[in-house]
Amino acid sequence: MTSIGTGYDLSVTTFSPDGRVFQVEYASKAVDNSGTVVGIKCKDGVVLGVEKLISSKMLLEGSNRRIHAVDRHAGMAMAGLASDGRQIVTKARSEASSYRSFYGEEVPIGELCERVAHYVHLCTLYWWLRPFGSSAILGGYDRDGPQLYMIEPSGVAYRYFGAAVGKGRQAAKTEIEKLNLSEMTCRQGVIAIAKIIYGVHDEAKDKAFELEMSWICDESNREHQRVPADLLAEAKTAAKEAQEEDMDAD
Amino acid sequence: MEPMACQWTDAPHSMGTTIMAVEYNGGVILGADSRTTTGVYVANRASDKITELTDNVYLCRSGSAADSQVVSDYVRYFLNQHTILLGRLATVKTASTLVKELSYQNKSFLETGLIVAGWDKYEGGSVYGIPLGGTLLRLPFATGGSGSSYLYGFLDQAWKSNMTQEEAEALVVKSISLAIARDGASGGVVRTVTINEEGVQRKFYAGDKLPLFHEEIAPRPTPIHAN
Repeated sequence: MTSIGTGYDLSVTTFSPDGRVFQVEYASKAVDNSGTVVGIKCKDGVVLGVEKLISSKMLLEGSNRRIHAVDRHAGMAMAGLASDGRQIVTKARSEASSYRSFYGEEVPIGELCERVAHYVHLCTLYWWLRPFGSSAILGGYDRDGPQLYMIEPSGVAYRYFGAAVGKGRQAAKTEIEKLNLSEMTCRQGVIAIAKIIYGVHDEAKDKAFELEMSWICDESNREHQRVPADLLAEAKTAAKEAQEEDMDAD
Repeated sequence: MEPMACQWTDAPHSMGTTIMAVEYNGGVILGADSRTTTGVYVANRASDKITELTDNVYLCRSGSAADSQVVSDYVRYFLNQHTILLGRLATVKTASTLVKELSYQNKSFLETGLIVAGWDKYEGGSVYGIPLGGTLLRLPFATGGSGSSYLYGFLDQAWKSNMTQEEAEALVVKSISLAIARDGASGGVVRTVTINEEGVQRKFYAGDKLPLFHEEIAPRPTPIHAN
Protein backbone atom coordinates (compact mmCIF):
# COMPACT_ATOMS: atom_id res chain seq x y z
CA MET A 1 0.00 0.00 0.00
CA THR A 2 2.17 2.81 -1.25
CA SER A 3 -0.35 5.51 -1.97
CA ILE A 4 -2.54 6.93 0.77
CA GLY A 5 -6.22 6.87 0.08
CA THR A 6 -6.88 10.49 1.05
CA GLY A 7 -10.62 10.96 1.17
CA TYR A 8 -11.34 7.57 -0.30
CA ASP A 9 -10.46 5.25 2.56
CA LEU A 10 -13.34 5.69 4.98
CA SER A 11 -16.13 3.85 3.23
CA VAL A 12 -16.43 0.35 1.82
CA THR A 13 -18.89 1.68 -0.74
CA THR A 14 -16.50 4.14 -2.38
CA PHE A 15 -13.75 3.19 -4.81
CA SER A 16 -10.57 5.23 -4.91
CA PRO A 17 -9.81 6.86 -8.30
CA ASP A 18 -7.39 4.02 -9.11
CA GLY A 19 -10.04 1.39 -8.40
CA ARG A 20 -9.30 0.22 -4.87
CA VAL A 21 -11.44 -0.26 -1.81
CA PHE A 22 -9.19 0.83 1.03
CA GLN A 23 -11.38 -0.36 3.88
CA VAL A 24 -10.97 -3.93 2.64
CA GLU A 25 -7.20 -3.48 2.44
CA TYR A 26 -7.16 -2.14 6.00
CA ALA A 27 -9.12 -5.21 7.10
CA SER A 28 -6.37 -7.36 5.59
CA LYS A 29 -3.87 -5.33 7.66
CA ALA A 30 -5.67 -6.51 10.80
CA VAL A 31 -5.07 -10.08 9.66
CA ASP A 32 -1.41 -9.45 8.84
CA ASN A 33 -0.72 -8.38 12.42
CA SER A 34 -2.21 -11.52 13.91
CA GLY A 35 -0.40 -14.59 15.19
CA THR A 36 0.59 -16.96 12.39
CA VAL A 37 -1.99 -19.49 11.23
CA VAL A 38 -0.92 -22.41 9.05
CA GLY A 39 -2.87 -25.11 7.23
CA ILE A 40 -1.54 -27.96 5.09
CA LYS A 41 -3.11 -30.74 3.07
CA CYS A 42 -1.29 -34.04 3.49
CA LYS A 43 -1.99 -37.30 1.67
CA ASP A 44 -4.39 -38.58 4.36
CA GLY A 45 -5.97 -35.38 5.65
CA VAL A 46 -5.63 -31.76 6.67
CA VAL A 47 -3.73 -30.22 9.60
CA LEU A 48 -4.37 -26.75 11.04
CA GLY A 49 -2.00 -24.93 13.38
CA VAL A 50 -2.20 -21.59 15.17
CA GLU A 51 0.35 -19.47 16.98
CA LYS A 52 -2.05 -18.10 19.57
CA LEU A 53 -0.52 -15.02 21.15
CA ILE A 54 -1.14 -14.83 24.88
CA SER A 55 -2.21 -11.37 26.00
CA SER A 56 -1.86 -12.05 29.72
CA LYS A 57 0.08 -14.48 31.86
CA MET A 58 -3.06 -15.05 33.92
CA LEU A 59 -4.95 -16.44 30.95
CA LEU A 60 -6.08 -20.02 31.37
CA GLU A 61 -4.41 -22.41 28.97
CA GLY A 62 -6.77 -23.57 26.26
CA SER A 63 -9.06 -20.54 26.41
CA ASN A 64 -9.85 -18.15 23.54
CA ARG A 65 -9.49 -20.87 20.98
CA ARG A 66 -8.76 -19.88 17.41
CA ILE A 67 -9.53 -23.27 15.91
CA HIS A 68 -13.22 -24.12 15.78
CA ALA A 69 -15.22 -27.14 14.71
CA VAL A 70 -17.71 -26.30 11.94
CA ASP A 71 -19.20 -29.74 11.39
CA ARG A 72 -18.12 -33.32 12.06
CA HIS A 73 -15.93 -33.23 8.97
CA ALA A 74 -14.81 -29.59 8.86
CA GLY A 75 -12.93 -27.09 10.98
CA MET A 76 -11.70 -23.51 10.76
CA ALA A 77 -8.60 -21.73 12.02
CA MET A 78 -9.06 -17.98 12.36
CA ALA A 79 -6.44 -15.26 11.96
CA GLY A 80 -7.05 -11.60 12.78
CA LEU A 81 -9.75 -10.28 15.11
CA ALA A 82 -10.87 -13.27 17.15
CA SER A 83 -14.39 -11.94 17.65
CA ASP A 84 -14.90 -11.31 13.91
CA GLY A 85 -13.64 -14.83 13.36
CA ARG A 86 -16.28 -16.28 15.68
CA GLN A 87 -18.95 -14.59 13.62
CA ILE A 88 -17.63 -16.30 10.49
CA VAL A 89 -17.50 -19.66 12.27
CA THR A 90 -21.10 -19.26 13.45
CA LYS A 91 -22.17 -18.62 9.87
CA ALA A 92 -20.20 -21.63 8.64
CA ARG A 93 -21.84 -23.85 11.25
CA SER A 94 -25.33 -22.74 10.34
CA GLU A 95 -24.65 -23.26 6.64
CA ALA A 96 -23.26 -26.75 7.32
CA SER A 97 -26.27 -27.74 9.39
CA SER A 98 -28.84 -26.28 6.99
CA TYR A 99 -27.20 -28.13 4.09
CA ARG A 100 -27.34 -31.34 6.08
CA SER A 101 -31.03 -30.99 6.94
CA PHE A 102 -32.00 -30.08 3.38
CA TYR A 103 -29.90 -32.54 1.38
CA GLY A 104 -29.39 -35.27 3.99
CA GLU A 105 -25.61 -35.29 3.55
CA GLU A 106 -22.49 -33.56 4.82
CA VAL A 107 -21.85 -30.29 3.05
CA PRO A 108 -19.03 -30.60 0.49
CA ILE A 109 -16.08 -28.48 1.69
CA GLY A 110 -15.97 -26.49 -1.55
CA GLU A 111 -19.65 -25.61 -1.22
CA LEU A 112 -19.22 -24.64 2.44
CA CYS A 113 -16.28 -22.44 1.53
CA GLU A 114 -18.25 -20.74 -1.23
CA ARG A 115 -21.17 -20.00 1.08
CA VAL A 116 -18.95 -18.55 3.80
CA ALA A 117 -17.01 -16.50 1.24
CA HIS A 118 -20.31 -15.08 -0.06
CA TYR A 119 -21.16 -13.95 3.46
CA VAL A 120 -17.74 -12.38 4.05
CA HIS A 121 -17.99 -10.62 0.71
CA LEU A 122 -21.45 -9.22 1.52
CA CYS A 123 -19.91 -7.23 4.34
CA THR A 124 -17.80 -5.31 1.83
CA LEU A 125 -20.82 -4.09 -0.14
CA TYR A 126 -22.84 -1.92 2.29
CA TRP A 127 -21.95 1.37 3.96
CA TRP A 128 -23.51 0.30 7.24
CA LEU A 129 -21.29 -2.76 7.52
CA ARG A 130 -17.60 -3.19 8.27
CA PRO A 131 -15.53 -5.86 6.51
CA PHE A 132 -14.34 -8.74 8.67
CA GLY A 133 -10.90 -8.23 10.17
CA SER A 134 -10.09 -11.90 9.90
CA SER A 135 -9.14 -14.62 7.48
CA ALA A 136 -10.35 -18.19 7.81
CA ILE A 137 -8.40 -21.30 6.90
CA LEU A 138 -11.00 -23.95 6.31
CA GLY A 139 -10.06 -27.61 6.36
CA GLY A 140 -12.31 -30.56 5.73
CA TYR A 141 -12.63 -34.11 4.52
CA ASP A 142 -15.53 -35.01 2.26
CA ARG A 143 -16.30 -37.67 -0.35
CA ASP A 144 -13.77 -36.12 -2.70
CA GLY A 145 -11.01 -36.35 -0.08
CA PRO A 146 -9.23 -33.84 2.17
CA GLN A 147 -9.37 -30.19 1.13
CA LEU A 148 -7.98 -26.88 2.33
CA TYR A 149 -9.33 -23.39 1.58
CA MET A 150 -8.59 -19.88 2.73
CA ILE A 151 -11.20 -17.11 2.87
CA GLU A 152 -9.91 -13.54 2.97
CA PRO A 153 -11.62 -10.37 4.27
CA SER A 154 -12.40 -9.30 0.70
CA GLY A 155 -14.53 -12.43 0.25
CA VAL A 156 -12.19 -14.18 -2.15
CA ALA A 157 -11.39 -17.80 -1.42
CA TYR A 158 -8.86 -20.15 -2.96
CA ARG A 159 -8.05 -23.79 -2.52
CA TYR A 160 -4.50 -24.60 -1.34
CA PHE A 161 -2.05 -27.39 -0.66
CA GLY A 162 -0.63 -25.23 2.07
CA ALA A 163 -1.66 -21.82 3.35
CA ALA A 164 -0.34 -19.36 5.90
CA VAL A 165 -1.59 -16.02 7.23
CA GLY A 166 -0.61 -13.63 9.98
CA LYS A 167 2.66 -12.09 11.07
CA GLY A 168 4.95 -14.92 10.05
CA ARG A 169 3.17 -15.87 6.81
CA GLN A 170 6.10 -15.14 4.49
CA ALA A 171 8.56 -17.31 6.36
CA ALA A 172 5.91 -19.96 6.94
CA LYS A 173 5.06 -20.15 3.23
CA THR A 174 8.72 -20.66 2.30
CA GLU A 175 8.90 -23.50 4.80
CA ILE A 176 5.64 -25.08 3.55
CA GLU A 177 6.94 -25.01 -0.01
CA LYS A 178 9.87 -27.19 1.09
CA LEU A 179 7.53 -29.91 2.38
CA ASN A 180 6.64 -32.90 0.26
CA LEU A 181 2.92 -32.64 0.96
CA SER A 182 1.75 -35.37 -1.40
CA GLU A 183 3.87 -37.96 0.43
CA MET A 184 3.47 -36.65 3.95
CA THR A 185 1.05 -38.11 6.52
CA CYS A 186 -0.84 -35.89 8.92
CA ARG A 187 1.18 -37.29 11.82
CA GLN A 188 4.32 -35.94 10.11
CA GLY A 189 2.39 -32.80 9.16
CA VAL A 190 1.69 -31.99 12.81
CA ILE A 191 5.42 -32.04 13.59
CA ALA A 192 6.19 -29.98 10.49
CA ILE A 193 3.65 -27.27 11.37
CA ALA A 194 4.84 -27.15 14.97
CA LYS A 195 8.40 -26.59 13.72
CA ILE A 196 7.23 -23.86 11.35
CA ILE A 197 5.24 -22.01 13.99
CA TYR A 198 8.01 -22.21 16.58
CA GLY A 199 10.41 -21.13 13.84
CA VAL A 200 8.54 -18.00 12.78
CA HIS A 201 7.87 -16.91 16.36
CA ASP A 202 10.21 -14.14 17.38
CA GLU A 203 10.86 -14.72 21.07
CA ALA A 204 12.55 -11.36 21.57
CA LYS A 205 9.86 -9.26 19.91
CA ASP A 206 6.60 -11.22 20.20
CA LYS A 207 4.38 -12.04 23.14
CA ALA A 208 4.31 -15.55 24.56
CA PHE A 209 2.23 -18.01 22.57
CA GLU A 210 0.35 -21.24 22.80
CA LEU A 211 0.42 -23.77 19.96
CA GLU A 212 -3.09 -24.81 19.01
CA MET A 213 -3.55 -27.65 16.51
CA SER A 214 -6.33 -29.69 14.96
CA TRP A 215 -6.62 -32.24 12.19
CA ILE A 216 -9.15 -34.02 9.99
CA CYS A 217 -7.62 -37.24 8.71
CA ASP A 218 -8.01 -40.99 8.39
CA GLU A 219 -6.49 -41.36 11.87
CA SER A 220 -9.22 -39.14 13.37
CA ASN A 221 -11.84 -41.12 11.44
CA ARG A 222 -12.25 -38.21 9.00
CA GLU A 223 -13.55 -36.02 11.81
CA HIS A 224 -12.30 -32.64 12.92
CA GLN A 225 -10.49 -33.15 16.21
CA ARG A 226 -7.83 -31.51 18.32
CA VAL A 227 -4.48 -33.15 17.77
CA PRO A 228 -4.06 -35.72 20.61
CA ALA A 229 -2.19 -34.31 23.62
CA ASP A 230 0.70 -36.79 23.39
CA LEU A 231 1.31 -36.04 19.72
CA LEU A 232 1.08 -32.30 20.36
CA ALA A 233 3.63 -32.64 23.16
CA GLU A 234 5.88 -34.66 20.88
CA ALA A 235 5.55 -31.98 18.18
CA LYS A 236 6.40 -29.20 20.61
CA THR A 237 9.50 -31.06 21.79
CA ALA A 238 10.60 -31.70 18.22
CA ALA A 239 10.05 -28.03 17.36
CA LYS A 240 12.07 -26.82 20.33
CA GLU A 241 14.89 -29.25 19.53
CA ALA A 242 14.94 -28.08 15.91
CA GLN A 243 15.20 -24.49 17.12
CA GLU A 244 18.14 -25.32 19.37
CA GLU A 245 19.89 -27.09 16.52
CA ASP A 246 19.40 -23.98 14.40
CA MET A 247 20.88 -21.84 17.17
CA ASP A 248 23.89 -24.15 17.43
CA ALA A 249 24.41 -23.98 13.69
CA ASP A 250 24.41 -20.16 13.73
CA MET B 1 -72.74 -42.87 -2.56
CA GLU B 2 -72.95 -41.89 -6.19
CA PRO B 3 -73.76 -44.60 -8.67
CA MET B 4 -70.48 -46.22 -9.70
CA ALA B 5 -70.95 -45.50 -13.37
CA CYS B 6 -70.59 -41.72 -12.81
CA GLN B 7 -67.29 -41.77 -10.90
CA TRP B 8 -65.17 -40.88 -13.89
CA THR B 9 -66.73 -37.40 -13.92
CA ASP B 10 -65.59 -36.26 -10.50
CA ALA B 11 -63.26 -38.81 -8.90
CA PRO B 12 -59.61 -37.75 -8.81
CA HIS B 13 -57.08 -39.54 -10.98
CA SER B 14 -55.58 -42.17 -8.78
CA MET B 15 -52.95 -44.76 -9.38
CA GLY B 16 -54.15 -47.95 -7.72
CA THR B 17 -50.76 -49.25 -8.44
CA THR B 18 -48.04 -51.80 -8.18
CA ILE B 19 -44.59 -50.22 -8.00
CA MET B 20 -41.27 -51.60 -6.83
CA ALA B 21 -37.52 -51.13 -6.94
CA VAL B 22 -34.75 -53.64 -6.29
CA GLU B 23 -31.02 -53.28 -5.71
CA TYR B 24 -28.81 -55.71 -7.61
CA ASN B 25 -25.04 -56.21 -7.68
CA GLY B 26 -24.37 -53.31 -10.09
CA GLY B 27 -27.31 -50.95 -9.76
CA VAL B 28 -31.07 -50.79 -9.35
CA ILE B 29 -34.20 -51.78 -11.26
CA LEU B 30 -37.48 -49.94 -10.91
CA GLY B 31 -40.76 -51.47 -12.07
CA ALA B 32 -44.38 -50.40 -12.35
CA ASP B 33 -47.70 -51.35 -13.88
CA SER B 34 -49.50 -48.77 -16.06
CA ARG B 35 -53.11 -48.42 -14.87
CA THR B 36 -54.50 -44.98 -13.94
CA THR B 37 -58.13 -44.83 -12.78
CA THR B 38 -60.80 -42.28 -11.93
CA GLY B 39 -62.93 -44.37 -9.61
CA VAL B 40 -63.59 -47.60 -11.50
CA TYR B 41 -62.91 -46.07 -14.92
CA VAL B 42 -59.52 -46.77 -16.43
CA ALA B 43 -58.44 -43.27 -17.48
CA ASN B 44 -55.12 -44.43 -18.91
CA ARG B 45 -54.07 -48.00 -19.50
CA ALA B 46 -50.50 -47.27 -20.54
CA SER B 47 -49.36 -44.58 -18.11
CA ASP B 48 -45.72 -44.13 -17.11
CA LYS B 49 -45.36 -44.19 -13.33
CA ILE B 50 -41.56 -44.18 -13.38
CA THR B 51 -40.39 -40.59 -13.53
CA GLU B 52 -36.92 -39.13 -14.05
CA LEU B 53 -35.59 -36.92 -11.24
CA THR B 54 -32.03 -36.49 -12.55
CA ASP B 55 -29.83 -38.38 -15.00
CA ASN B 56 -29.04 -41.05 -12.41
CA VAL B 57 -32.10 -41.09 -10.12
CA TYR B 58 -35.67 -42.16 -10.94
CA LEU B 59 -38.86 -42.31 -8.94
CA CYS B 60 -41.87 -44.68 -8.81
CA ARG B 61 -45.14 -42.89 -8.09
CA SER B 62 -48.29 -44.24 -6.40
CA GLY B 63 -51.49 -42.75 -4.95
CA SER B 64 -52.86 -39.48 -6.32
CA ALA B 65 -51.47 -38.82 -9.81
CA ALA B 66 -51.56 -35.07 -9.26
CA ASP B 67 -49.82 -35.13 -5.86
CA SER B 68 -47.06 -37.46 -6.97
CA GLN B 69 -46.43 -35.36 -10.08
CA VAL B 70 -46.16 -32.14 -8.09
CA VAL B 71 -43.72 -33.69 -5.61
CA SER B 72 -41.53 -35.08 -8.39
CA ASP B 73 -41.66 -31.76 -10.31
CA TYR B 74 -40.38 -29.85 -7.28
CA VAL B 75 -37.65 -32.39 -6.57
CA ARG B 76 -36.55 -32.33 -10.21
CA TYR B 77 -36.31 -28.53 -10.01
CA PHE B 78 -34.26 -28.59 -6.80
CA LEU B 79 -31.95 -31.34 -8.05
CA ASN B 80 -31.35 -29.44 -11.27
CA GLN B 81 -30.04 -26.44 -9.34
CA HIS B 82 -28.11 -28.69 -6.97
CA THR B 83 -26.36 -30.49 -9.84
CA ILE B 84 -25.28 -27.22 -11.46
CA LEU B 85 -24.05 -25.81 -8.14
CA LEU B 86 -22.02 -28.90 -7.26
CA GLY B 87 -20.77 -29.58 -10.76
CA ARG B 88 -21.47 -33.28 -10.36
CA LEU B 89 -24.46 -35.61 -10.26
CA ALA B 90 -26.62 -35.56 -7.14
CA THR B 91 -26.53 -38.65 -4.93
CA VAL B 92 -29.54 -40.91 -4.52
CA LYS B 93 -29.55 -40.02 -0.82
CA THR B 94 -29.84 -36.32 -1.58
CA ALA B 95 -32.67 -36.91 -4.07
CA SER B 96 -34.60 -39.05 -1.62
CA THR B 97 -34.05 -36.58 1.23
CA LEU B 98 -35.67 -33.88 -0.91
CA VAL B 99 -38.63 -36.16 -1.67
CA LYS B 100 -38.94 -36.94 2.03
CA GLU B 101 -38.81 -33.26 2.98
CA LEU B 102 -41.68 -32.39 0.64
CA SER B 103 -43.71 -35.46 1.61
CA TYR B 104 -43.24 -34.87 5.32
CA GLN B 105 -43.73 -31.10 5.42
CA ASN B 106 -46.94 -31.35 3.36
CA LYS B 107 -48.21 -34.66 4.73
CA SER B 108 -51.68 -33.27 5.54
CA PHE B 109 -52.25 -32.35 1.89
CA LEU B 110 -50.60 -35.23 0.09
CA GLU B 111 -51.77 -38.72 -0.68
CA THR B 112 -48.81 -40.32 -2.37
CA GLY B 113 -46.31 -43.06 -1.67
CA LEU B 114 -43.02 -42.92 -3.55
CA ILE B 115 -39.97 -45.07 -4.17
CA VAL B 116 -36.71 -43.36 -5.12
CA ALA B 117 -33.94 -45.42 -6.71
CA GLY B 118 -30.77 -44.68 -8.62
CA TRP B 119 -27.04 -45.05 -8.91
CA ASP B 120 -24.18 -42.81 -7.73
CA LYS B 121 -20.42 -43.32 -7.62
CA TYR B 122 -20.26 -43.27 -3.82
CA GLU B 123 -22.96 -45.76 -2.80
CA GLY B 124 -23.56 -47.59 -6.07
CA GLY B 125 -27.21 -48.56 -6.53
CA SER B 126 -29.60 -47.67 -3.72
CA VAL B 127 -33.34 -47.79 -3.08
CA TYR B 128 -35.32 -45.54 -0.72
CA GLY B 129 -38.97 -45.93 0.23
CA ILE B 130 -41.02 -42.87 1.18
CA PRO B 131 -44.51 -44.05 2.25
CA LEU B 132 -47.53 -41.92 3.11
CA GLY B 133 -46.40 -40.02 6.24
CA GLY B 134 -43.01 -39.00 4.83
CA THR B 135 -40.74 -41.56 6.47
CA LEU B 136 -37.46 -42.14 4.63
CA LEU B 137 -36.21 -45.72 4.60
CA ARG B 138 -33.23 -47.18 2.82
CA LEU B 139 -34.11 -50.70 1.75
CA PRO B 140 -32.57 -53.47 -0.37
CA PHE B 141 -35.91 -53.60 -2.17
CA ALA B 142 -39.17 -51.67 -1.84
CA THR B 143 -42.74 -52.17 -3.02
CA GLY B 144 -45.68 -49.79 -3.05
CA GLY B 145 -49.25 -49.20 -4.19
CA SER B 146 -52.37 -51.31 -3.73
CA GLY B 147 -50.81 -54.27 -5.55
CA SER B 148 -47.90 -54.51 -3.13
CA SER B 149 -50.04 -56.29 -0.50
CA TYR B 150 -50.18 -59.30 -2.81
CA LEU B 151 -46.40 -59.46 -3.03
CA TYR B 152 -45.11 -59.67 0.53
CA GLY B 153 -45.13 -63.45 0.82
CA PHE B 154 -43.79 -63.90 -2.67
CA LEU B 155 -40.86 -61.53 -2.17
CA ASP B 156 -40.04 -63.00 1.26
CA GLN B 157 -39.44 -66.20 -0.64
CA ALA B 158 -38.08 -65.01 -3.99
CA TRP B 159 -35.86 -62.04 -3.09
CA LYS B 160 -32.17 -62.60 -2.40
CA SER B 161 -29.31 -60.21 -1.92
CA ASN B 162 -26.64 -59.56 -4.55
CA MET B 163 -28.63 -60.64 -7.59
CA THR B 164 -27.38 -60.19 -11.15
CA GLN B 165 -29.12 -57.70 -13.41
CA GLU B 166 -30.96 -60.52 -15.23
CA GLU B 167 -32.16 -62.13 -11.99
CA ALA B 168 -33.34 -58.81 -10.58
CA GLU B 169 -35.17 -57.86 -13.76
CA ALA B 170 -36.92 -61.23 -13.92
CA LEU B 171 -37.97 -60.79 -10.29
CA VAL B 172 -39.41 -57.33 -10.95
CA VAL B 173 -41.37 -58.38 -14.03
CA LYS B 174 -42.72 -61.49 -12.30
CA SER B 175 -43.72 -59.50 -9.19
CA ILE B 176 -45.59 -56.82 -11.13
CA SER B 177 -47.28 -59.49 -13.25
CA LEU B 178 -48.43 -61.38 -10.14
CA ALA B 179 -49.82 -58.21 -8.62
CA ILE B 180 -51.59 -57.30 -11.87
CA ALA B 181 -53.21 -60.75 -11.82
CA ARG B 182 -54.64 -60.35 -8.31
CA ASP B 183 -55.08 -56.56 -7.88
CA GLY B 184 -58.02 -55.06 -9.76
CA ALA B 185 -56.52 -51.57 -9.49
CA SER B 186 -53.27 -52.60 -11.21
CA GLY B 187 -53.01 -53.56 -14.84
CA GLY B 188 -51.95 -52.78 -18.37
CA VAL B 189 -48.27 -53.22 -19.18
CA VAL B 190 -45.07 -53.57 -17.14
CA ARG B 191 -42.45 -50.84 -17.41
CA THR B 192 -38.95 -51.15 -15.97
CA VAL B 193 -36.03 -48.75 -15.64
CA THR B 194 -32.53 -50.09 -15.01
CA ILE B 195 -29.91 -47.69 -13.62
CA ASN B 196 -26.22 -48.52 -13.20
CA GLU B 197 -22.76 -47.14 -13.88
CA GLU B 198 -23.35 -47.28 -17.65
CA GLY B 199 -26.54 -45.23 -17.52
CA VAL B 200 -30.28 -45.73 -17.78
CA GLN B 201 -32.22 -48.32 -19.78
CA ARG B 202 -36.01 -48.42 -20.15
CA LYS B 203 -37.92 -51.59 -20.97
CA PHE B 204 -41.53 -52.30 -21.88
CA TYR B 205 -43.42 -55.59 -21.45
CA ALA B 206 -46.74 -55.65 -23.35
CA GLY B 207 -49.81 -56.63 -21.32
CA ASP B 208 -50.64 -59.64 -23.51
CA LYS B 209 -47.07 -60.97 -23.31
CA LEU B 210 -46.91 -61.17 -19.51
CA PRO B 211 -46.63 -64.56 -17.78
CA LEU B 212 -49.95 -66.13 -16.74
CA PHE B 213 -50.49 -67.56 -13.26
CA HIS B 214 -52.98 -69.81 -11.45
CA GLU B 215 -56.61 -69.28 -12.57
CA GLU B 216 -55.67 -66.46 -14.96
CA ILE B 217 -57.51 -66.25 -18.27
CA ALA B 218 -55.32 -65.78 -21.33
CA PRO B 219 -56.00 -62.55 -23.22
CA ARG B 220 -58.04 -63.13 -26.39
CA PRO B 221 -56.51 -61.96 -29.67
CA THR B 222 -57.93 -58.64 -30.85
CA PRO B 223 -60.73 -59.29 -33.38
CA ILE B 224 -59.95 -58.02 -36.87
CA HIS B 225 -62.83 -55.95 -38.25
CA ALA B 226 -63.59 -55.77 -41.93
CA ASN B 227 -63.96 -51.97 -42.07
